Amino acid sequence: MKLKGTEILMRVLKDEGVDTIFGYPGGAILDIYDELINTDIRHILVRHEQAAVHAADGYARASGNVGVCLVTSGPGATNTVTGIASAYMDSIPLVIFTGQVPTPLIGNDAFQEVDIVGITRPCTKHNYLLKEVEDLEKIIREAFFVAKSGRPGPVLIDLPKDMMNATINYKKAGPPQLKSYNPNYNPNIKQLQKVINLIKDTKQPVIFSGGGVILSKASEELAEFAHKAQIPVMGSLMGLGTFPGTDPLWLGMVGMHGTYRANMVTGNCDLMIAIGVRFDDRVTGKTDAFASQATIVQIDIDPTSIHKNIPVSIPIVGDCKAALKSLNKLLDKENTNGLKKKRTKWLDRIEQWKSTRPLAYAQSEKIKPQYVVEKLYELTEGKAIITTEVGQNQMWTAQYYHFSQPNHFITSGGLGCMGFGLPAAIGAQVARPDKLVVDVAGDGSIQMNIQEMATALQYNLPVKVVILNNGFLGMVRQWQELFYEKRYACTRMEVTPDFVKLAEAYGAVGLRATKPEEVEAVLKEGLSSSKTVIMDFVVEREECVYPMVPSGAPITEMLLV
Amino acid sequence: MKNDKHVLSILVDNEPGVLSRISGLFSGRGYNIDSLCVAATLDPKISRITIVTTADMPVIEQIKKQLNKLINILKVYELTGSEFVEREMALIKVKAKPEYRAEILRIVDIFRCKVVDVGLNHYTIEVTGTEEKLNALLSLLKPIGVKEIVKTGIIALFREMK
Ligand SMILES: Cc1ncc(C[n+]2csc(CCOP(=O)(O)OP(=O)(O)O)c2C)c(N)n1
Repeated sequence: MKLKGTEILMRVLKDEGVDTIFGYPGGAILDIYDELINTDIRHILVRHEQAAVHAADGYARASGNVGVCLVTSGPGATNTVTGIASAYMDSIPLVIFTGQVPTPLIGNDAFQEVDIVGITRPCTKHNYLLKEVEDLEKIIREAFFVAKSGRPGPVLIDLPKDMMNATINYKKAGPPQLKSYNPNYNPNIKQLQKVINLIKDTKQPVIFSGGGVILSKASEELAEFAHKAQIPVMGSLMGLGTFPGTDPLWLGMVGMHGTYRANMVTGNCDLMIAIGVRFDDRVTGKTDAFASQATIVQIDIDPTSIHKNIPVSIPIVGDCKAALKSLNKLLDKENTNGLKKKRTKWLDRIEQWKSTRPLAYAQSEKIKPQYVVEKLYELTEGKAIITTEVGQNQMWTAQYYHFSQPNHFITSGGLGCMGFGLPAAIGAQVARPDKLVVDVAGDGSIQMNIQEMATALQYNLPVKVVILNNGFLGMVRQWQELFYEKRYACTRMEVTPDFVKLAEAYGAVGLRATKPEEVEAVLKEGLSSSKTVIMDFVVEREECVYPMVPSGAPITEMLLV
Repeated sequence: MKNDKHVLSILVDNEPGVLSRISGLFSGRGYNIDSLCVAATLDPKISRITIVTTADMPVIEQIKKQLNKLINILKVYELTGSEFVEREMALIKVKAKPEYRAEILRIVDIFRCKVVDVGLNHYTIEVTGTEEKLNALLSLLKPIGVKEIVKTGIIALFREMK
């Protein structure tokens, strides 16, 4: 059968189950767009290519599927880089198609030519430049396979314009065969048995759960394991939602802005079972002092994550879900009756840390940002999908919204990329039209991709934006307050748009609260609206996120309220 | 911890961009490349890259794992101990004033290397051997006057069972 490059592309995309693409057209991909309108694939036209990638990221996380982007060559391609880097750090499965100038022009500094494969090599899991149309299907199938298998990640395919127009005798290709890529899913059972033995012996264990647990869809197994073994659980930022935030065994987030109890547990535990985490420096603080009394077990599908930052006693390479399943089976063979009693002292001690140093903030005349997040949690009953921007807004959300389900907290963790939240919320809302989707934002970050309000309106996506408006680049200001004697160099947002009017200008609903007693009413009105809404909360200007472990300090040395 | 020399022998898909993935990995993560050699294997679809790097144990382990993670890399071997043979070739241009010519030829003879180019004022010597041999030769030639030197970088292979 004779088919054009663009036709093959659409066929294979359909076959890979793609029903939504986030993109932005341009000269080099006109042919693809011309073909796309003949299919039933939904295209979401964003207002900036960076947002296309963040939206695909949000879509992937909310749905558990691969997110797909389509952009043109040159500036279209370079605009995706930040989004790709964020997805790479957070191991989110994406396939990004970029247009490229026709093959004969490559290397000639042609109009809108960039070496996007070269640019994105260090921030993609893999990438391809299509050189022969005959390889198109193989490459696409490989790209989807690589993106979603093993430790997931973004994969980019660069498509020269002439390849898309070329016609070939098309024969369906089989499933991808990559002799050099074969992630190991099955953990070593002997290593797992060692973990079981340790569990029985230790008095002060903790489970440290991360984004890998979400990616491998292992939350149920995690809950079963923690309860059977009577081990408390703390999460990395990416691990929030892997374990019910309301469970008595839940300790909250660990790290620079972790809860007092989670950080104290880290300093005092004798066994740490780390699952799907990579020991980011924002988690460990001073590495020598991190869990220094503990035997550390690390389960991860990516061998490079093991031993990278923290020496590990029992490394286990494999899928988190497979490992947890096996651990649960092994535990069933053991007598676990005594475990609860064995842990009493430890759990009591943790309870004491919790009650003496709970997450706290002082009320005042002004709206406290933490209060807004608390109310948001209450009113949504913890069931909304929450995206965040980056900075204080992100940390307060992590602290005060007690996530109980996986795939409900969507944040740029590794890259910490401002401008992520709104497009990610759009992607999440596209994936989950049934869900309330809220972006918790700062007044700084929201302006990095505010143009996406138009996208939300164009597709009637009723996302809600909660701006914690402090008139500052708050998190940077916090560092200046604490470590630079309050020299607020360039962190004052001296001009900020009127977000209510801005919302209205886009055709959305704009609401504002300036006093604590208005918060609940504004949230209620905004959240219950069927439209896209911006809620502007004018909050205390110089509030800090606590606890805080200063950069490079031991994790147990926290600044507290 | 000790920084040691490690020889990595890496089989990769013979495709454009693969070398750049590898060198990018080394530069991006702050690893050293002391030398690097690439050529196709018997199977023209596969190339062998030999990299010599200096690193302590945890870092060399990371390097190997990171290399293995690259999709186009088929296999990473570390050549250690005496289980492999290594060779490097160098071309050395030495100043050859008449009074030194005999001495240079004597050294060439002792080291079993070859003079591959002769001029009025120079000899170019081709030498193959281990890094130690090359260094020993150089230390003898330097006082006479080395004008230029070019090295291939180390190539290496496992020894077969005797
Ligand atoms: C793209 C990008 N640029 C700069 C930073 C550095 N940065 C981290 S937090 C922050 C302040 C964010 O301010 P705002 O969005 O108002 O949030 P707040 O901290 O006040 O909640 C900045 C500038 C970043 N994370 N991302």
